[in-house]
Amino acid sequence: MTSAYKIIEHKYDVVVVGAGGAGLRATFGLAQKGLKTACVTKVFPTRSHTVAAQGGISAALGNMGEDDWRFHFYDTVKGSDWLGDQDAIQYMCREAIPAVIELEHQGVPFSRTEDGRIYQRPFGGMTTHFGKGTAQRTCAAADRTGHAILHTLYQQSLKHHAEFYIEYFALDLVFDEHGACVGVLALDLCEGTLHLFRAHGVVLATGGYGRAYFSCTSAHTCTGDGGGMALRAGLALQDMEFVQFHPTGIYGAGCLITEGVRGEGGILRNANGERFMERYAPNAKDLASRDVVSRAMTIEINEGRGCGPLKDHIHLDLTHLDPADIHKKLPGIAESAKIFAGVDVTRQPIPVLPTVHYNMGGIPTNYHGEVVQLKNGDPDVVVPGLYAVGEAACVSVHGANRLGSNSLLDLVVFGRAVANRCAETIRPGQPHRRLPGDALDQALGRLDRLRNANGSLPTAAIRDRMQRTMQKHAAVFRTQDTLAEGVRLMKEINESFAEVRVSDRSLVWNSDLVETYELMNLLGQALVTITSAENRKESRGAHAREDFPKRDDENWLKHTLCWLDEKGNTRIDYRPVHMYTLDDEVEVVPPQARVY
Amino acid sequence: MAEFTLPKNSKVREGRYFKAPAGARRVRKFKVYRWNPDDGENPRTDIYEVDLDTCGPMVLDALLKIKNEIDPTLTFRRSCREGICGSCAMNIDGTNTLACTRAIEDCRQEVIPVYPLPHMPVIKDLVPDLTHFYAQYASIRPWIRTQTEPPPDRERLQSPADRDKLDGLYECILCACCSTSCPSYWWNGDRYLGPAILLQAYRWIADSRDEDTGTRLDELEDPFKLYRCHTIMNCARTCPKGLNPAKAIGAIKQLMLARRV
Repeated sequence: MTSAYKIIEHKYDVVVVGAGGAGLRATFGLAQKGLKTACVTKVFPTRSHTVAAQGGISAALGNMGEDDWRFHFYDTVKGSDWLGDQDAIQYMCREAIPAVIELEHQGVPFSRTEDGRIYQRPFGGMTTHFGKGTAQRTCAAADRTGHAILHTLYQQSLKHHAEFYIEYFALDLVFDEHGACVGVLALDLCEGTLHLFRAHGVVLATGGYGRAYFSCTSAHTCTGDGGGMALRAGLALQDMEFVQFHPTGIYGAGCLITEGVRGEGGILRNANGERFMERYAPNAKDLASRDVVSRAMTIEINEGRGCGPLKDHIHLDLTHLDPADIHKKLPGIAESAKIFAGVDVTRQPIPVLPTVHYNMGGIPTNYHGEVVQLKNGDPDVVVPGLYAVGEAACVSVHGANRLGSNSLLDLVVFGRAVANRCAETIRPGQPHRRLPGDALDQALGRLDRLRNANGSLPTAAIRDRMQRTMQKHAAVFRTQDTLAEGVRLMKEINESFAEVRVSDRSLVWNSDLVETYELMNLLGQALVTITSAENRKESRGAHAREDFPKRDDENWLKHTLCWLDEKGNTRIDYRPVHMYTLDDEVEVVPPQARVY
Repeated sequence: MAEFTLPKNSKVREGRYFKAPAGARRVRKFKVYRWNPDDGENPRTDIYEVDLDTCGPMVLDALLKIKNEIDPTLTFRRSCREGICGSCAMNIDGTNTLACTRAIEDCRQEVIPVYPLPHMPVIKDLVPDLTHFYAQYASIRPWIRTQTEPPPDRERLQSPADRDKLDGLYECILCACCSTSCPSYWWNGDRYLGPAILLQAYRWIADSRDEDTGTRLDELEDPFKLYRCHTIMNCARTCPKGLNPAKAIGAIKQLMLARRV
């Protein structure tokens, strides 16, 4: 098999897969440390989905009022519905302050306060004094913070002469006979050639898999390729049942409208014009955590108070805000609302709907970014050579529900952490051992099969069925019946992939083949997601079961692990939640009722 | 007498015609440029009839519908579908723009022509080769350059007024719509940096935190890099983000003049 395909081999100390916020921060961090690093990415770096983040990045700078990273820590633990690992959350919230300062020093064009400091806005779930006050913690560059940060990180990568392989699509991970990850196989889209990147460390920074759903804020390229490759390598994914629905995706188009709109004073209203969030979250109101707001909106619609002729959406009202303020602080969403909803936000409300936005689950890691697995009863066994960061990973700092503006933070903090870890454990230029003769057989067999796939189902048809099934059966509210039916359907759809048809037979820029690989990655994660959701018999964070409406700490205060074998069978086990912190700078927050 | 002719690949022939399914009531036609380097054929234009009743409102929605339901070999870049990533830049209805933010109903021609960004090497179908464009971006060393160390534990200060000077500059998404609409760039793209890259060069010159304006201007002081801009203004007209690269180029030229006198 190996001989049928010509493979171009490259040798690096570390290879990063993905060039979003986490991948770029890792890449130039590694280059800075003197490690020979390649960044392999399927899109040009500034096209990565980090670019679409709007509202901001959280850090307790205290520029606009009192703040402390310990408040941020508490909010994140509470936001995670106590499923987050508190050591990792401490690490992230404490590192947030130097991380954002570093971004400013690198040139991010943050908006400014009158005294010239970084502008910070309120965001959902962000409080002071452990839930008592409202924090202004989210550092913003108008409502284009992701764009500003991603472009800056790419500029820093250019500055540090990082090596990029752009429009290379990663097909599969490569392991040696001891189970260590020693590289990644990729397809150069432009030339249609195969490349083996040998490395002592492979960092997966491949983002989330929002496109498993029919309606999502995620880009077309958010297909969770790292998670898909990890599943195929026999690794378990963690907490996949926790899928965040962002309260304000534009009705119909699904494009994101930042939570920053509510941070700046925007209000959600039902068909009666009522500010209904007051009933659901008397203190935080529209700035409650995302899972809480999305559920409230869904209840309003289900109880007949939705807006529009079909009573099927909610209004996000900014008309009471000063147009000059909107122009200054929210220019991007004003443009998006105009283009995708035909709305002038100074006069009309934006029609919105809870929309799939973020995957809390992913490849399990510790707070150094090392991938960990449960093995012989030990939940923290490191997979040698394999790392994961950003949305692809589950550290877990977001637990059952991520707070807005903690994602951009996650990217830069753990992108940096993984670079530091690699620098500690990998010696620049250390030799690569010989690969076992069969190391590429499975990957090449798969490529050969898919390239020539001649079944009865076009890629798009299978994808459409998967997306509609996930949308219907793993929604904001879930019940045993719909989930069990969803699991059955997803198994069937996953099996139907054997009948896939790839029409494009060419080698150069074969996007039909790439979409088929992406579909394979999505299918695995969709199946694992709905299986984990069916399995968890409680409500926690973004996982809301109508038949088990209460959180059940006695039985379910644990991370789900889910494996998927080649035949499409799933297996579930668990890892304990880290109910401890790194040191005594902050105390563990024990589980308590979660009210906003 | 030598006979001159256009290169083989520049002769575009008429391609296939895909009719909408029977019963489609609101049909719009798209004429799409197709070229596959693997098959040795000349480029062609395929015409696709799309039923707008079962299609989203944007040109990208139509292209996706064509790829998903009619012809999976159609090749184009796309990602965010909300006008922020810059992937789906192409020439639609005679204008460089983003397929994801161009509404089908705003297109004027009866058969909507969809071509790759003009005057760029084509890799396949609607996918242009942007390698040179990206190399030009890297050539201006587009990162903050300072001599003064930043304060160790807090941000550099910047007044809101100084920060305002970056508005209209930092929002560029590097889609290359402007540069590939510029006749000067078509003609001298090998050496002229073009509007997108010059806008980014000015973005750093205009940043109060940057301390390398002199070197930045030195690096642009060249008959081609900067001065091939003849204020044709196609860049500002076509920018899908409403930016004005020509104005930024004018500002750079003014600074050049100011330091000479």
